[in-house]
Amino acid sequence: MNHLPLIIKREYLNKVKNKSFIVMTFVSPLIMVALIFVVAYLSQLNNESSKTIAVLDETGMFIDKFESTENTKYEILTGVSLDSAKVNVERAEQYGLLYIPKVNSMDQMADQVTFYSADSPSLLLISKIEDRIGSLATDSRLAEAGMDAEKIRDLRVRVRTNLETFKGEETSKMGSVVKLAFGGIAGYLLFMFIIIYGNMIMRSVIEEKTSRIIEVIISSVKPIQLLLGKIFGTSLAGITQFAVWVVLLGVFLSVGSAMLDIDPAQAQSAQTEMVQQMQDSPEAQSEMVGLLNEINSLPLMNLVIMFILFFLGGYLMYASLYAAIGAAVDNETDTQQFMLPILMPLILAVYVGVFTVIENPHGTVSQVFSFIPLTSPVVMLMRIPFGVPIWQQILSVVILFATFIGTVWVAAKIYRVGILMYGKKASYKELFKWLKY
Amino acid sequence: MNDLLVADSVSKKFGEYTALNQVSISVPKGSVFGLLGPNGAGKTTFIRIINQITMPDTGSVMLDGEPLRAEHIKDIGYLPEERGLYKSMKVGEQALYLAQLKGLDKAEAKKRLRMWFDRLEIGDWWNKKIQELSKGMAQKIQFVVTVLHEPKLLIFDEPFSGFDPINATLIKDEILRLRDNGATIIFSTHRMESVEEMCDHIALIHQSNKILDGKLIDIKRQNKTNTFEIGLMTPNEEAVLKELQGKFEVSPAQFKSINDELMCNIKLGANGSANDLIQYLSGKGQLTHFVEVVPSANDIFIQTVKNS
Repeated sequence: MNHLPLIIKREYLNKVKNKSFIVMTFVSPLIMVALIFVVAYLSQLNNESSKTIAVLDETGMFIDKFESTENTKYEILTGVSLDSAKVNVERAEQYGLLYIPKVNSMDQMADQVTFYSADSPSLLLISKIEDRIGSLATDSRLAEAGMDAEKIRDLRVRVRTNLETFKGEETSKMGSVVKLAFGGIAGYLLFMFIIIYGNMIMRSVIEEKTSRIIEVIISSVKPIQLLLGKIFGTSLAGITQFAVWVVLLGVFLSVGSAMLDIDPAQAQSAQTEMVQQMQDSPEAQSEMVGLLNEINSLPLMNLVIMFILFFLGGYLMYASLYAAIGAAVDNETDTQQFMLPILMPLILAVYVGVFTVIENPHGTVSQVFSFIPLTSPVVMLMRIPFGVPIWQQILSVVILFATFIGTVWVAAKIYRVGILMYGKKASYKELFKWLKY
Repeated sequence: MNDLLVADSVSKKFGEYTALNQVSISVPKGSVFGLLGPNGAGKTTFIRIINQITMPDTGSVMLDGEPLRAEHIKDIGYLPEERGLYKSMKVGEQALYLAQLKGLDKAEAKKRLRMWFDRLEIGDWWNKKIQELSKGMAQKIQFVVTVLHEPKLLIFDEPFSGFDPINATLIKDEILRLRDNGATIIFSTHRMESVEEMCDHIALIHQSNKILDGKLIDIKRQNKTNTFEIGLMTPNEEAVLKELQGKFEVSPAQFKSINDELMCNIKLGANGSANDLIQYLSGKGQLTHFVEVVPSANDIFIQTVKNS
């Protein structure tokens, strides 16, 4: 008798109707959105408090050259000594004092510019000031040497290498970033999914053991059916939760930003400034177009199909291992010793993905790890956007699914014996023996 | 074809450990069959083999004349010793789920559940969660779930644990009623008084081997020692006792009586006759009590296990 649909239905409904599951499903995206808005709000607050910077310029060269902006006001001091300026600035609780001493040469000046402030100043601000003084000083030096700074700027040659594969596909540096982002998100998603819902499966196996219902159930159904029903039912619940999260996140983000009139993208002001700078120059605009082109030129079909295959294969493989652990122990605290060998390859996969694939997506290490089944789902998903030959992808998928069948077989063996063992903490040696029962 | 279940030379090893060694047991149709044995004897393994939870290494099991196969699951109801229910599931939902796993369709299962819940007066528990019920209450649900699909063979492993005397009697009566309605019952327990009360056949498993089986009455007959418990009113008890001890194997006995009398067990040899004994005793005083000592299941259990 095939009871698989019935078991899947129960496992699914039991998870979905669980109160803490419902709370998690609806509250998590709220918390995430709330966090995003808090960060956005705080950084806006940060920007709104404008800084006043006193400038004591003994050279007189830069008097008119610092332009005040909304956030940063420059106040030029004249006819005061450095010491009294320092006292005044501190008393007025201004952000800082920029001191440019009068010296003989530009080189000496460059070493002796000093910024006094109560706390360590923002590095962004300092580098802005350095750039400003530096370029002004350079210009004046060029003028002294009888050269026209404008002209030199015009004459400068900028090289932009066009990247093209042998097949004629154009790529760019921006392209690499896009590819990395796609692969990274896919790999990370899988990683999170395995950990969250793998644990859920394990707990549900343990629950059946501790509530002692297991023997009642398996006198009606084959353990393998129960095992598969559990894996599929929990996975469906997981997919439901994920889908709700994605929808809710989208809704909350758009509603929230409309209501509060805060653009979460402005959370990091530095980033915004970079974007603004980019938009100013025509080159940057072409980069934006390039970005869109890059996304369009990704092998999207390939990506989606492989994402589904690797996601399923990888998740199911790990899920069966989690179920086996659940069967081998009596309570959750005993799971630690068996968790490590599962978590290790997962974490390794993410590290390989982050460090090696960025460096060289087709290097030996990346290649090897994208075939080892315990790491291949994450690593291969990260590699695919960079273009992996189809035969490699297929081979890796085949290895993965073959391993999945193997792990289910092993898990079913351990499960069959383990679920009827009470009060004993199994060792690896015993688990190995169970395979032969 | 009077046996519902026939196990023939069933053996099972777990690694080096032999859980069952060439065990053959036949369970007659319509009987209450006591499966007895000390802890760790192999009873649970045997029961799990019948339920197809574990496969035997060698030997065969026939149910109603057919080799055991997956379809027989619906013909068997099993109440394991280690039992429980999903704690966070509602009683009704849970019972329906378990009934469906046994092959009942939902409507039929619902109808039968209503009937049983009314019988046991637990109808208003339908929407309660198991964790809200007491242990005894949960056991009642468990019992209903076990018998709901009206199986030919019912296996109860320590069915009375967790019940108070009232509910234990209720369940006992239900089990006997199920037998009267045609079910065959395998009953595994350590409580010998329930064996006396309910079982008509028993099998004793000890250290993976079956060491005894048959009709309880026959086994008692085979194990009887031709011993009689007597009460004798006589003026000089000590002299009579001395004389008795010279003639027979005598051991002290205790029973309730309104008289002040000599009480003892007298074991006759295999050829001794009760009538002769009565005549002999009548000559010594007034015989007030004369009962054949029938070995209890408890005695047989202990004796057989010791001797093996």
